[in-house]
Amino acid sequence: MCNAGRSLGVHLSMDDLPESDAETDVAMLAAIADDLDAGFAGMVRGYQRVVYSVALRVGAGADADDLAAECFLRAYRALLGYDRSRILALRPRSWLLTILLNTWRNTVRGATRRPAVAMAELPDRPAPGPTVEDVVANTETRGELGALVSALPENQRLAVVLRHVVELPVAEIAAVMRIPEGTVKSHISRGLARLREQYAKEVVR
Amino acid sequence: MTGDDSFDEFALRLGGLAVAPPRDLTGAVYGDWTRLDGPVGELLVAFTEVGVSYIRTAESVGDDDDTFRERFHALFQRPLRRTSDAPAGLRQAVRGHGAAQVPVDLRVLTAFERDVLTATRAIPTGQTRPYAWVARAIGRPKAVRAVGTALGNNPVPLLIPCHRVTRSDGNLGQYVFGADTKERLLRAEETNVDELLDFARSRIAYVGADGVVCYPTCTRARSAADPRGFRTLAAAEAAGLRPCDLCTPAG
Repeated sequence: MCNAGRSLGVHLSMDDLPESDAETDVAMLAAIADDLDAGFAGMVRGYQRVVYSVALRVGAGADADDLAAECFLRAYRALLGYDRSRILALRPRSWLLTILLNTWRNTVRGATRRPAVAMAELPDRPAPGPTVEDVVANTETRGELGALVSALPENQRLAVVLRHVVELPVAEIAAVMRIPEGTVKSHISRGLARLREQYAKEVVR
Repeated sequence: MTGDDSFDEFALRLGGLAVAPPRDLTGAVYGDWTRLDGPVGELLVAFTEVGVSYIRTAESVGDDDDTFRERFHALFQRPLRRTSDAPAGLRQAVRGHGAAQVPVDLRVLTAFERDVLTATRAIPTGQTRPYAWVARAIGRPKAVRAVGTALGNNPVPLLIPCHRVTRSDGNLGQYVFGADTKERLLRAEETNVDELLDFARSRIAYVGADGVVCYPTCTRARSAADPRGFRTLAAAEAAGLRPCDLCTPAG
């Protein structure tokens, strides 16, 4: 989307990045308020790339599409109980990403602590939290940078993915992660520093 | 303010990690539904990417699409959209041909309900088994009543042939779409319903022949030259018969 601008090496400020397509959102939310089943496809199609990318890069791996689908299903179920004004007031991107992270925390990531309860219908779900072996394997299969991101400590990984992979503004990341903006910035900068260091060590040999 | 977030080359590479999902996720979220002709009038059928999840006769929803949609929503809490294509093989499967090859989506059910329906799926076309047989097949021989309840809640009748499960006394018993529909379905698959009801009146639940005891609809029993009726499995075994390995009669 903004790649053309940024590839010129211009440092854009946060304000220049599109928070999301506001007009599209308004139309999409109105369609949902009019007819949930007919309108909901617009929300899925509009946000599946962002939701899937975050699911993939925070560490859901091969289960990322199942996790993303589960997120949309939970969003749909929440919408069943919302009245029109509440639907129209939604900020869909941060709302969906909040649901995604809750889903991830409650299911995939928690699978080792609470085995086979919530995700019983999604069999053979490996716990994420990559080991050294995973990182090596991922380096071969998914690209070394993705593997390095998935090896970051959780808060740094989340902040870096939300900021630099799907390009959310810091304020929105703070809302999604429920932490202060200053903390978000610190996670991002530590995460990036760590990535650079690892990248230099493991890739640029 | 760019601060810590300056977009250098490295950060730009991270942007390349954003990718579209391998498939359109509406397919994973939505149920699709359509109408098709079935053995007892038109059917309304919903399915997901996993398999067929909901089947109602048009009659049972008052031939009303909205009633079907409401019931689907109450049970599955998923968005539903209309399609014109039924899953491959479903048309034949609801008539008892190749039903086992059509995938089903039973994710909303309990493990017990899934077990009951999976066992029921193994009952061949043209045959019947009592509720007690299903209970035995899933390792819960005392849960006969619960088996009946689970079958009454079968979301995919016809495809999972709960109409082939009958009372242990040989009477046909209840059905999700009514006892009359159950009898019509059994007759449509050429089950010998009249003989079954005759046996029930004579209180015959098992048939013995050639040293083996079977359920009356078992292929072995039907091809026997000189069948003999028994009220209980114990009586048949006392007469020196061993339980058939095809229909695996339960006590």
